[in-house]
Amino acid sequence: MRSLCRTGDPRLLRDVALVCLADGVIGVSFGAIAVAGGMPAWLPVAMSLIVFAGAAQFSAVGMLLTGGSPLAAAATGLLLNTRTVPFSLALADSLGSGRAARLLGAHLITDETAAFALAQRDPARRRAAFWLSGLALFATWNVGVLAGSLAGNALGDTDALGLDAAYPAVLLALTLPALRDLRTRRAALTGAALALAATPFLPPGLPVLLALTGLLAAGRAS
Amino acid sequence: MTLMALLLLAVGTYGFRLAGPLLHGRFQPSAEAQRLLSIGAAVLLVALLATAALTQGHGFAGWARPAGVLTGAVLAWRKAPFMAVVAAAAATTALLRLAGVP
Repeated sequence: MRSLCRTGDPRLLRDVALVCLADGVIGVSFGAIAVAGGMPAWLPVAMSLIVFAGAAQFSAVGMLLTGGSPLAAAATGLLLNTRTVPFSLALADSLGSGRAARLLGAHLITDETAAFALAQRDPARRRAAFWLSGLALFATWNVGVLAGSLAGNALGDTDALGLDAAYPAVLLALTLPALRDLRTRRAALTGAALALAATPFLPPGLPVLLALTGLLAAGRAS
Repeated sequence: MTLMALLLLAVGTYGFRLAGPLLHGRFQPSAEAQRLLSIGAAVLLVALLATAALTQGHGFAGWARPAGVLTGAVLAWRKAPFMAVVAAAAATTALLRLAGVP
């Protein structure tokens, strides 16, 4: 990866390091929450390696821990991950030209790596920023999850540590920028109200999927 | 069953990620389709965070958790760093529980 050395952009390096640090801490809490909720330690660790998508992992585990069916958990995670399709199309040029680079690079496409890559001006810097942030995030996220899974039972009652409030707060911090858009805000608030109203009556998982009907409130493009 | 669901999630997610390299230059979703995809993702995330913040099972989660999430929300709104948002949310909830709030 000769191009990695050529970036030498101190601001990019600092930003990537900060996001890695934050994601590592979130990874620790993900592993700890899963294990404290009664899952075997291998499950969050394996999931982080082969799914590698924070929001989908949190929602799938959250659904399993509240008694939802595994199929509904997978469906919700997949629905959340449909947003990687437009990222993937936008990043097609940034992964590299070889077959191996494209097959491996695809696995590293996340909200964060797309943001880092697409912020660069020319294709060479995009590729370098994508691989730098992708490899660094993959390493810190998985090390964090492993540490959290091993420490999960030692941490004892994660509710006493307030970790159950950390997950919604993480999702909120991730979605807040998107909510500045009027159509998104209308659809999201309608959907959330529907999901909350349906929670007492529907099995776990379904209220969140029902929220998608909030898309009808998005209105047409203006 | 859980293992099957895990593999389904992993394979499906990788499939979404391969869309770009596979379709490279041959297909581009319309601008409105892309907008609806990203609005749909935001709708799911907000519904998830709302139910995760306020409910437990079929009922109300108690005040400590939403109070913590609200603290994190205010910090996120003020553009505080990610770490501060997460730490403040967990600390608020933990302190409220320590004080006896459910």
